[in-house]
Amino acid sequence: MLGRAGWYFVTFLVAVTINFLLPRMGDASPIDTIMAKSAGASIDTQAAREKEEAYMKEFGLVELDAQGKVMHDAAGKPLRSSLVKQFGRYVAMSLQGDLGTSILQYPKRVSEIIKTALPWTLALQLPTIVLGWLIGNLLGALAAYKRGVFDKAFYPLALLASAIPAFCFGIGLVYIFGIRLEWFPAVGGYDDGLTPSLTAAFLSSASYYYVLPFFSVFLIVVGGQAIGMRSMCIYELGTDYVKYAKLLGISESKILLYMFRNAMLPQLTGLALALGGMVGGALIAEMIFSYPGLGQAILTAIQGNDYPLITGCTLLITVSVLIANFAVDILIGLLDPRIRVGQGGK
Amino acid sequence: MKLLKGLLKTPGFLIGMGLFLATLILAFVVPLFMNVDTVTRVGLPYSPPSKEHWLGTDHMGVDMVSMLIQGLRASLHVGFLAGTVASVLGTLIGVYGGYKGGLLDDVLTVVTNLFLVIPSLIVLILLSSSLDQGRSLSLIALIIGCTTWTWSARAVRAQSASLRSRDHVSLARINGYGTFGIVILHILPYLLSYIFMVFIIQTATGILSEASISMLGLGPYDSVSLGKILNDAIRKEALTDGAWWAFVPAMVLVTVIAFALYVINTSMEGVFNPRLRK
Repeated sequence: MLGRAGWYFVTFLVAVTINFLLPRMGDASPIDTIMAKSAGASIDTQAAREKEEAYMKEFGLVELDAQGKVMHDAAGKPLRSSLVKQFGRYVAMSLQGDLGTSILQYPKRVSEIIKTALPWTLALQLPTIVLGWLIGNLLGALAAYKRGVFDKAFYPLALLASAIPAFCFGIGLVYIFGIRLEWFPAVGGYDDGLTPSLTAAFLSSASYYYVLPFFSVFLIVVGGQAIGMRSMCIYELGTDYVKYAKLLGISESKILLYMFRNAMLPQLTGLALALGGMVGGALIAEMIFSYPGLGQAILTAIQGNDYPLITGCTLLITVSVLIANFAVDILIGLLDPRIRVGQGGK
Repeated sequence: MKLLKGLLKTPGFLIGMGLFLATLILAFVVPLFMNVDTVTRVGLPYSPPSKEHWLGTDHMGVDMVSMLIQGLRASLHVGFLAGTVASVLGTLIGVYGGYKGGLLDDVLTVVTNLFLVIPSLIVLILLSSSLDQGRSLSLIALIIGCTTWTWSARAVRAQSASLRSRDHVSLARINGYGTFGIVILHILPYLLSYIFMVFIIQTATGILSEASISMLGLGPYDSVSLGKILNDAIRKEALTDGAWWAFVPAMVLVTVIAFALYVINTSMEGVFNPRLRK
């Protein structure tokens, strides 16, 4: 288990490095973009310079003296820190949960924005992915075992559901059930007049808004998982233990249970690998529904070149996916006796 | 040959191929017979479908059929380019690691798994948002290819590792073939059908990734694409205006391409892997 934890730590470091390096690699320097946006683009006034320095300090790009003021070189330009020093500062700040200040919603902290958005994303994604995985696997196993009419009808449907891109499905649901039929609210997370709290009025409103985003992700996960489980179970059905169990006259439901247990393990591994993609798809669904979660936060951040908010969100999402992966790994260890023994032996 | 005949008897393969060919015809043959114009405003914004403009106009008043054809071409372009980059990268890394084994294989596997865990959409967002000035269609395709190869590397590695200890490979090694020769002559031929399947899936992934990234407003600056059409439709309130023609056809096209490619892939899997037949 220690080896696994170490591996995840390395992955975490790489993720942090990517988050640090990529925005600094491109030709669009965040500060230039911000400066160009805030009026008086290239005018070299005292005020503009002070503003630029304030941003540079915010991003941790420049050397500070003991009083926390920006240091200058001989020519009067701000003294830039080396990339290594910047990286050190970035990691130290991230570990303390300090993700900088949002540019678009100045002076709000990025961590504050994320704190209000995260519960929505978790509430949407966790149940959809876990439930979708469970139900998809059950249906897939059933289709493989029954074959016949059920399989013939189910398989193409599952294939179609898994091929529909999450955003298309989302747009379709918004249009049909939200705008045309008006069965469910099309966008948002709760009624306008309410504020998030644990009251009955708010919870009922939130669950009403929950329906469409939930199904837009859920059905796709079900389809994808069912297809994988189906071919897994067809393989298991051909194995000797299933044939033997059938010859012994063991009941159908019991054989299905045996088979399910064996086919489930590769599916769990598959879940660990597919999580990243699922989270990405769900984020886009959030954007389409203007759900008040991280997807929406990223979308507005991208549109406004709010770099601290973009990297803050991406870092948090990567870390969450890593943690989820780690959890699935531990679960596989608990469920699979072979791996359990292997881990105990080490 | 026998396999090919088997494929042509599989209904799934025929349906998938038919759908895919239809999109190719729409993208490359139809423009020969009609004027594709994605610049001129031919009517009011969001004019409904009419005799002259079968799918109405978009938020600028441009003919929607022209936009769709141009968008489809762009999406196919991204798909093939990204699919090629991802398959080549994945195959090189997978075959080499799988055949060589040892420390190098361990390192490659760790790197692959690492990038498999980090969501590729996140890397795409970070890369695209930092390349604010010059995101051309081909550059986006390259970036997509470079972020989605991990999956194929993993799949190809598993296959290639299982070939390593086969007799004919050992025989070639005893006869003094180098790594390069063995990989080209004795490993790749066995993996060709597999790599082709990987390529198909990677192409579908490329098309979907482009659409996703364009939906976020990080699309190409130099081209129309299906994702950009959808992004425009959502931003310019086509949904609330009830202008279904501005987004439904684009959605259908993306879904049809992805579905066709997936169906081709699964039907090929069925033919190449006899266990799934029955």
